[in-house]
Amino acid sequence: MLTILFDGIAYGMLLFILAVGLAVTMGLMNFINLAHGAFAMAGGYITVLLMQRFGVPFLLCLPLAFIGSALLGGVLERTLYRPLYHKPHLDQVLFSIGLVFMAVASVDYFVGSTQQIIQLPEWLKGRTELGSGDWMLGMGHYRLFIIAVCAALTVGLQYVLAYTRFGSRLRASVDDQRVAAGLGINVNMVFLTTFAVGSGLAGLGGALGAEVLGLDPSFPLKFMVYFLIVVAVGGTSSITGPLLAALLLGIADVAGKYYIPKLGAFIVYSLMIAILIWRPQGLFVRKGGK
Amino acid sequence: MNAPQQSLLNDSRFRPWEPVLWLLAFAAPVLVPSHASIINEIAIVALFAVSLDLILGYTGIVSLGHAAFFGMGGYAAALFAKLVMPDPLVGLAVGIVTATLLGAACSFTIMRGSDLTRLMVTLGVGLILLELANKLDWLTGGADGLQGVVMGPLLGQFEFDLSGRTAAWYSLTVLLALFVLLRRVVHSPFGATLKAIRDNRLRAMAIGIPVNRKLAVVYTLAAGVAGAAGALMTQTTGFASLDLFEFHRSADVMLILVIGGTGWLYGGVAGAIVFKLMQDALSSITPQYWTFWIGLFLVVLVLVGRERLIRPWTWFSRGGKA
Repeated sequence: MLTILFDGIAYGMLLFILAVGLAVTMGLMNFINLAHGAFAMAGGYITVLLMQRFGVPFLLCLPLAFIGSALLGGVLERTLYRPLYHKPHLDQVLFSIGLVFMAVASVDYFVGSTQQIIQLPEWLKGRTELGSGDWMLGMGHYRLFIIAVCAALTVGLQYVLAYTRFGSRLRASVDDQRVAAGLGINVNMVFLTTFAVGSGLAGLGGALGAEVLGLDPSFPLKFMVYFLIVVAVGGTSSITGPLLAALLLGIADVAGKYYIPKLGAFIVYSLMIAILIWRPQGLFVRKGGK
Repeated sequence: MNAPQQSLLNDSRFRPWEPVLWLLAFAAPVLVPSHASIINEIAIVALFAVSLDLILGYTGIVSLGHAAFFGMGGYAAALFAKLVMPDPLVGLAVGIVTATLLGAACSFTIMRGSDLTRLMVTLGVGLILLELANKLDWLTGGADGLQGVVMGPLLGQFEFDLSGRTAAWYSLTVLLALFVLLRRVVHSPFGATLKAIRDNRLRAMAIGIPVNRKLAVVYTLAAGVAGAAGALMTQTTGFASLDLFEFHRSADVMLILVIGGTGWLYGGVAGAIVFKLMQDALSSITPQYWTFWIGLFLVVLVLVGRERLIRPWTWFSRGGKA
């Protein structure tokens, strides 16, 4: 039972890192970006290709995946996304679905549609077991590694948003673009950076998660729903909301698939709909503001 | 008769070119017999797109889960044919009724929240049904699909033939009938209130329109029509599979509607023709990667602007609100 809880937490942490960039673009900039999964896939494929073709070690691949997808996100933000910030939501949905279709087909074309496997280094492969019987806790080393990385990132993000100058600029730009610009904040630059970092985190998540979630060209479509659930359920005004939503979702999904495999993903979707009908703006909404 | 009534009536009248268009459509299976099956498909997809237009174009509800009703109608009709009786018209009615009931149940989910919430909830409903159809394999055949659906002859005398001609006429007839019905609906006072809700929900509420009730009614109606499209699909192909519920169906139908133009019933029909022909042509050139071109088309469509795409001479001039 503890093992399931542990796996659920690792899975949830992973989802959080994948989705947190989306929480920012979607919640703060009010842009419905269904193509977020494509950046995650980009990170995953960067890792796989670097490791398979060039023999780069796994640990070095992770920052490279981050940088690669951040660059990709930055370029796309500058060229394609920015003109769409003030378009209706329908346009944004169509645009990002179009991007997903293109990403799926291109990856299929260049890399092939087979599932890619990541060769983990030896020291991440083991498994530690504590206790016995019902309360046995089995911790895969790789999952432990994921939890550690994700926890560090979460703390870092929270620090950046809450205590640094960049964080306050971002919050100001989001609350009122015009006033922020009037105060001398370069709103475009802030948004560009945020978008790039969000995409980079997605890429890092994709690289970390390739082993757990599986990586093939349908990745953005398959996990799009999960990212969206995390963001929609968690509410988009803080980091805590999506984090708790991701953990809840991860545990519910792992436990549901373990105890009642017959129902599959049914539990997660029903949970989401119930929560959204109960609280349409998500679980955690910042009071005041707009 | 006062002026608003008069203007609504004028809008709902048939233009002279419309009967010609429909006659052409009905003649098409004879004129190009080898393409009867694609005509059938176009008619079905057009019906599906028109039903989405009712909620997206006329009421302004963004939905990513319209395939839920399509699949529901499809599976209901197919199961009915397999387990109860093979008559197509009764099956169609069963499909419509089932989807309508589902729509009525789901209509409570779209009344609250923002566009994002609605997107998520509609998407979620579609996914739940997909998961159900997958897991209840004793009933639906699971991932293999529901096989062995044999349709009886239409009205007791027209057999569904291999060339698909009967199927095409059947679908076109249903499309025409529902099209005329929906046309009456959108040009009625009820339709006018829908547009008022789309344009400004708060103002609509302020002048006394019961917004939630109207939303529920139109969502249910659209679900029923989508169910009819799904039923036609499984009846004419004799097969129901998980594909009916998949996300790409909801995305495709939205794309179709946007190509053709929202808030205009013929938009769905025009979009269906363009999309299906484009898909046919592209997939014969690059069978595996045609989604790339569809994606590119979407991106360009949004970046250039939906209104400007049909007016190429405005592409390079600056201006507009951008």
